[in-house]
Amino acid sequence: MTLLGSGIFKGMAVTFRNFVGSYFQRERLPTNDYSWRTEGSLPQHAGDYPKEEGEQLRDTTTVTNYSRNFPMLLHDGGEPAETIRCVACQICERSCPPQCIYIEKSTEKKEDASGKMQFYPATFDIDVSVCMSCQICVEVCPFDAIVMNSQFELSTPNRFGGLLLRRGDLLKSNDYYHKIHPEEAAARDKRIADEKTAKEAKKKAAAEAAKKKAEAKAKAEVEAGEGRSE
Amino acid sequence: MNASTETSYELLEQDGLETSLLEVSMGPHHPSTHGVFRMDVKLDGETVVDLQPVFGYLHRNHEKLAENMSYLANMPFTDRLDYFNSMTNNWAYALAAEQLVEIEIPERAEYLRVIMAELTRLVNHVALVGFFVNDLGALGTPLLYAFREREKILDLFEQASGARMMCNYFRFGGLRCDVTEDWLDECRRVVDRFPAFLDEYEQLLSENEIILSRTQGVGNLSSELAINAGITGPMLRASGVSYDLRKVDQYGIYDRFKFRVPYTDGDVGDCYDRFMIRMLEMRESIKILKQALADIPEGDIIGKAPKVFKPKPAETYGRVEGPKGELGFYLIADGTPKPYRYRVRPPSLINLTVLRDMCIGQKIADTVVILGSIDIVLGEVDR
Repeated sequence: MTLLGSGIFKGMAVTFRNFVGSYFQRERLPTNDYSWRTEGSLPQHAGDYPKEEGEQLRDTTTVTNYSRNFPMLLHDGGEPAETIRCVACQICERSCPPQCIYIEKSTEKKEDASGKMQFYPATFDIDVSVCMSCQICVEVCPFDAIVMNSQFELSTPNRFGGLLLRRGDLLKSNDYYHKIHPEEAAARDKRIADEKTAKEAKKKAAAEAAKKKAEAKAKAEVEAGEGRSE
Repeated sequence: MNASTETSYELLEQDGLETSLLEVSMGPHHPSTHGVFRMDVKLDGETVVDLQPVFGYLHRNHEKLAENMSYLANMPFTDRLDYFNSMTNNWAYALAAEQLVEIEIPERAEYLRVIMAELTRLVNHVALVGFFVNDLGALGTPLLYAFREREKILDLFEQASGARMMCNYFRFGGLRCDVTEDWLDECRRVVDRFPAFLDEYEQLLSENEIILSRTQGVGNLSSELAINAGITGPMLRASGVSYDLRKVDQYGIYDRFKFRVPYTDGDVGDCYDRFMIRMLEMRESIKILKQALADIPEGDIIGKAPKVFKPKPAETYGRVEGPKGELGFYLIADGTPKPYRYRVRPPSLINLTVLRDMCIGQKIADTVVILGSIDIVLGEVDR
C-alpha cells in the first residue's frame, strides 16, 4: 500500500523537471533568433523564414522542400506573358476539388517558348480563399505549367479582390521555382528533357522507318516494273 | 441493453421544496465537446437521467461531393474527415479504390504506408491522452507535453508530404512523393526517443490518485454491448475483445511485423481502461515502426496506375484499423470516372452511439470525461 498522494507527487516531479529543463535545454527554448532580419524587410517565401535567404532549411523547426501553399503558373523566362507554359486546356479547372480555378481560353493562337503555335489563358484566376492547397492541379497538368508556390505572407486588407490572384500575380519564372523547390524543380526539368529526347528519338525513328519503307516500296516498284518489262 | 439504462427514477423530495428535472443543451459550442457536438442532457441535480446526442452541426456533404468528382480529386477531402489522422484516412480510401483496378504496389511504398500509419497512430493517441486529461481538469500542462511530442511527428509529415495535417500523401498504387534517407534517419531518432516520453507521461499521470478516482468505474462498457453496438478500435479492446484489423485483415504488409494487440480482461471497460489501452498501443506502434524502419527497401514508390482512373462497374469496401477504430470506404463504380456511390464508415460516429448507455447514472462532470475517452473528431462524425 503506497501512501495516498504519492502518485501526485511523482507527477509533480515530472512537471518540475520540465520546468527547470525549459531554462537550460536548447530545444525547449522557444525564442527563434530573428537578429539577421533587417528592419522593415519581410521574408518573401517560406524558405527565408525565419533564417537567412539562400540557406537550405533542413531542420525540423522550419518549412521544408515540399512545403506548399498556393499554385503558381510557370513561364520560361523573359516576358512572362510571352513564354507562359499554360495552354488553357482547362484540365486543372475541371479537376480542382473545391473549384477555385477560373480559366478563359484565348480566341487566337500565339507562339510559345519553343516556337509552337498554342492557345493561352486569356484569364487565369485562382481564388486563394477557396483553394485548399491539395496540389491536384499540379498532378493533372500535362504541360508542367502549374506548380505549388510557398510564398505565405499573403495577408491583405481587401477581403475579396485581394484574395483573388490574377494571371499576372500567378506567373512566376522557372528560375524562381528552382529557388524555392530545388530538388523538385530539377527532377521536373529532367523529366521534361527526357520526354523531349524520347519524343525526338521516336520521331527520328519513325521518320527513318518511313524513309526505309518508302525506299523499299520504290525498290519493289522498280523491281516489279523491271519484272513487267521483261 | 445495459442494466444502467433501466434505472427507474424518483425525484428527490424535500419538505417544502419542489424539484424537477433540468434539461441542458450541452454544446455545440462547448469547450469540452471536442468540436461542435451537441447533447441534450436531462439532469436530476448533478446526475444524468437521460442523454441524447444530436449530430449534424458540422455536416459538410462529404459523400455527395465525392460522387461528383473524380476518384483522385476526392483524396484531399478524405484528409478532412478525421483531421488528426489524414494518413490513415488516405490509406483506407486508397485501399478501396485499388480493389477496383489492378495495381501492384511497390515494396517501398508498402513500408512507407505502414510507417506513416503507425506515426499517425502515435499522433492520434498522444493527442487523445492529452485532451482526455484536459477534460478531467488538468488544464494545459499534460496536453502541452503531449503536443510537444505530436509536433515532432507532424514535422516529419511536413517534410515528407508538404503539410502537417492535410497530408494528401497516398495515391492509388503507392505514394505521391518519396522520402529521403535524411528523413528516415530523423524518423528513427523520433521513434527511438518516443518511449522516454511515454515513460515520463506515465509517471506524470498513471498513478495520479485524482485521475484514478475520476476515471475508474466511470463509463463502464460491457463487451456484449460493445460488440452489439459495432464498436471498434481501442474502445472495443478496452472492453475486453481482442479484435484488430491489422491482425484480422492483415492489409498492406502487416503480416510481416511482430506486434501484440493489447486488450483488457473485459470485466470493467471504464475510462481508465480506455486511457491505458492507448498508452499500451503506442508502445506496440513503436515496435512496428522500428521493424519497418529497419527493413525498408529502396525502389519505386508508385506502381503503374492507369492514366485515367476509370474502373469497370464493381463494388468494393476497403477498411483499415484507424487509430479510432475501423475506418471503411464503400465504393460503387459504374464505369465512369466518378463513383456512383461513395460511403464512409466512420469509427467516431459508431463509437459515439453507446454514449447514452455509458453516461446514464453518472455525474454531469463525468459525461465530459466519458466523451473524451471515446475519442471522437466531429469532422468524421458529421462528415
